Amino acid sequence: MTIDLSQFKQTFLEESDEGLDVLESGLLSLDSGTADDDVIHAVFRAAHSIKGGAGTFGLMEIADFTHIMETLLDEMRDGRREILKKDINVLLTSVDVLREMLEAAADDVPPSMERTLEVKKELEEALNDNGSAQISDQAPLEESEDTQSLNGDMVESGEAFKGWSIFFKPMEHMLRTGNDTVRIIRELDELGAMELTVDLENLPDFEHFDPELSYLAWNIKLIGDIEKSQIEEIFEWVDEDCELNIETLGEEGNAVEMASSAEQPEQEVSEEQQPVPQKEGGAVATPEVELAPVSTLEPVAEKVPAATTPGVEKRKEKRKSSGEGGSIRVGTDKVDTLINMVGELVITQSMLSQMGDEFSMERLEALREGLAQLERNTRELQESVMRIRMLPISFSFQRFPRLVHDLSQKMDKKIELKLTGEQTELDKTVMEKIGDPLVHLVRNSLDHGIESPDQRIAAGKPEVGVIQLNAYHQGGYIVIEISDDGAGLPRDKLLSKAITQGLASEHEKIPDEKIYDFIFHPGFSTAEQVSDISGRGVGMDVVRRNIKELGGNVEVTTDPGKGTTFTIRLPLTLAILDGQLVKVGKEIYIIPLVSIIESIEIEADKISSIAGGNEVYQLRDEYLPLIHLDQVFRMEPRELRLQDSLMIVVEGDSGKVGIVVDDLLSQQQVVIKSLESNYKRVEGISGATILGDGTVALILDMAGLIALSNNEMDEYRPRAAS
Amino acid sequence: MNDMIEDINDKLGELDFLSDSSNEQHLTFELEGESYAIDILRVQEIKGWNKVTSIPNSPPYVEGVINLRGVIVPIVDLRKRFGMPEVLYTKTTVVIVMKVYGEVHDRTMGIIVDSVSDVCNISKDMIKPAPVMRGVISNDFVQGLTTVNDRMIIIVNIDELLNSGELALEKVS
Amino acid sequence: MSKRILAVDDSTSMRQMVVFTLKGAGYMVQEAADGQQALDVAKTSQFDLVLSDVNMPVMDGIQLIRELRALPNYKFTPILMLTTEAGAAKKMEGKQAGATGWIVKPFNPDQLLATVARVLR
Repeated sequence: MTIDLSQFKQTFLEESDEGLDVLESGLLSLDSGTADDDVIHAVFRAAHSIKGGAGTFGLMEIADFTHIMETLLDEMRDGRREILKKDINVLLTSVDVLREMLEAAADDVPPSMERTLEVKKELEEALNDNGSAQISDQAPLEESEDTQSLNGDMVESGEAFKGWSIFFKPMEHMLRTGNDTVRIIRELDELGAMELTVDLENLPDFEHFDPELSYLAWNIKLIGDIEKSQIEEIFEWVDEDCELNIETLGEEGNAVEMASSAEQPEQEVSEEQQPVPQKEGGAVATPEVELAPVSTLEPVAEKVPAATTPGVEKRKEKRKSSGEGGSIRVGTDKVDTLINMVGELVITQSMLSQMGDEFSMERLEALREGLAQLERNTRELQESVMRIRMLPISFSFQRFPRLVHDLSQKMDKKIELKLTGEQTELDKTVMEKIGDPLVHLVRNSLDHGIESPDQRIAAGKPEVGVIQLNAYHQGGYIVIEISDDGAGLPRDKLLSKAITQGLASEHEKIPDEKIYDFIFHPGFSTAEQVSDISGRGVGMDVVRRNIKELGGNVEVTTDPGKGTTFTIRLPLTLAILDGQLVKVGKEIYIIPLVSIIESIEIEADKISSIAGGNEVYQLRDEYLPLIHLDQVFRMEPRELRLQDSLMIVVEGDSGKVGIVVDDLLSQQQVVIKSLESNYKRVEGISGATILGDGTVALILDMAGLIALSNNEMDEYRPRAAS
Repeated sequence: MNDMIEDINDKLGELDFLSDSSNEQHLTFELEGESYAIDILRVQEIKGWNKVTSIPNSPPYVEGVINLRGVIVPIVDLRKRFGMPEVLYTKTTVVIVMKVYGEVHDRTMGIIVDSVSDVCNISKDMIKPAPVMRGVISNDFVQGLTTVNDRMIIIVNIDELLNSGELALEKVS
Repeated sequence: MSKRILAVDDSTSMRQMVVFTLKGAGYMVQEAADGQQALDVAKTSQFDLVLSDVNMPVMDGIQLIRELRALPNYKFTPILMLTTEAGAAKKMEGKQAGATGWIVKPFNPDQLLATVARVLR
């Protein structure tokens, strides 16, 4: 019967993923000395489980590799090996390798062995260090059966024999191991023709007879073409619990060296005059021999040529994006809440329905109440449904201990990472998309923020720098703070760079916050060399853009010499937006509230034209380009005069712009519907929503809109009022 | 007209998609006096004309989008798409909501036609290849011609039609 | 009457596989994710065989065996260790705690069934 194990493979892979997380965080805490006793055991168990499962599901390379890790960890947990930093580093690298191998297994491709072999070597070296040299006594995993070594009964094995003579005396306690004498004898019986005599010598009289103990012994003749190993296998479990002697049967059918004098054929009770000299039950059943450190772990199991590593990168990417449209684990409490909410909704609905059946104007007030109730139920339902997609931000935060550990080593800096608010929840998709920006910001703190230990000491700071990640809810948003106690942002450098780039003039008085905000402008790295840690080309501007795309924003505050804090605000969900409805000509559009800085009644004298027929508006000390939606969207021109219109001031990448509208309508929470799914992407539009009257209103995308309008107009850069 | 719409929607609901005969059923509609037919299996429903929200920078034949039970569906004016003279939309103007299969993904879209006629059986052997036609409709969109009750009917390839030109989706590289 | 087996392993995939295999062969199977859970379950129902992993959190396999053997109705019940460790030390420990025998991982379903059948006849 073949049983298909592949259905469990998926569970194993998920489980192993979690196991690797346990491994990694456990190793990190062991490294930093913050681990309690149980950690090393948990780490060992994680490796052990992965090894076991890998073997069961046929992933031999993974099993082999994990086996070495396990051996190393076993020595550590037993106290036979000191837990050293360099070993932990090797193990951490092994975790990375394992992740890759598991991904390959998930994609059903053979793993890339190049890196695996490298790291395997490192593991083996680590193992051979420190004297605890025995690569474990486990035989190569290809053998799934435990084979006892045949100890030198060379003469007797390998030849078909007429039979065997077996003396079997269970020790008193054998039954208490759950082994059943009858079963053992039955199994022997299946091997060949059996003749059996029982030895009652040790049987006590009835009063002293304890049914839980074993007193009997047997002489068994087994005739047939039987290998000794077959017999030994049957006794495998009990060899410590019995006296056992297995001898070959001579041609004559008599036992050689059989010391029993009186031997009766068939199952007769024989009376032994002499005690049968017992050979200690150890003759055949030897304990497992420690195999010499054979290179059983050499890549013999290689069935696969070293695959190219580019495949790994691709898989990593695929894995990252496979989160979209993937699956989500939901706590049953959330599901229960949902069920309750729906229940209440149903009640309200049936109440309203009944009211509808027998309605009269007198019941108008009751109707209003019913509708208010409906609104409450719907809102609560909406909130609990959204919570289903929400996961604690710890999923995102958990990559940072490792990141900080590796990078701080690489940069020779001492850095401690503090995580708070990890249980703060946010939408799964938002979390996936905020991952890279967070990494970039943390790397930035690591690289440019925290000073080297020497510098810190010289500045009177503790040698160990601190990076803190914090998350909490505020309003309908999640706030994520990344702070460090490093050197702070270099104000003067930033200012001079801004001047060079034409974003500011020498004689302006620019508030500090604006200067610090310059770091989010494209091309704005002030580091002398762009270190490869923070990466080239992935600047703060991309971080800000990504966050904006999620409907959020990011700001920075700094205290020179003391530290810097980045604050990210994100909506709790991507499906809903707080929007400002605006009327433009015949159409209604929606502007995300988070983008709106202010709304102004347009004053005619503040409008000026510049080259190319474009208009700008003077708002206090700035000139803002005006965006006319009817032009940019090529619609019917608006009828309302400009000076009677309103201007919505929004933040663009390179400064503020003003969107001209006829009127401000309501502010409301709108459900974002996809325009793309049945049509296609439209520049300047991020989605659509359905208004209360059932009609469709389009949601404006600020970045796209500004880009569109830039294409319409000549390039314009805001400059300060002279 | 509303009765007819209801009738046809009912028929659509009752269609047994597994039976062979439905493979050959087509919905016929009128445009500028000509009869056209489309595979009934692609027709999701038939609606009267309602207010539409325009889409910025869209081709003239894309009238806009509507809300179809919570889903945003674009509406294409077939007259404009085929370069026929425009007419005013009236109470009898009909929108046929269809499932459009695409290389990148499937979409739901609506087409505005003058009116719908009945559902009829057009088996494969009834369809004759269309001669190269001058002007109005590109041969890419026409699957073939047939005659039913002495009327010539042009069978339209709806996927080609609604995935072409500016309605085409970019392939993900 | 079907034999009842208790399968104990902290690895979900392993447990699932074992349970699936055994149920498919007609055994009644219950599962537990660590020694303590197993002990609690064993106290409420009588099993004809216990299969247990060795390395588990809360209570490991060896301790589980000891605890089970201390219960009057599990004195003679076959208890098999599921272990990847073919090393003598662990097996010795298991035996001393009172294990009946062991099955070495990785095992395939057929091996599992053969061994179980052997012990439960």
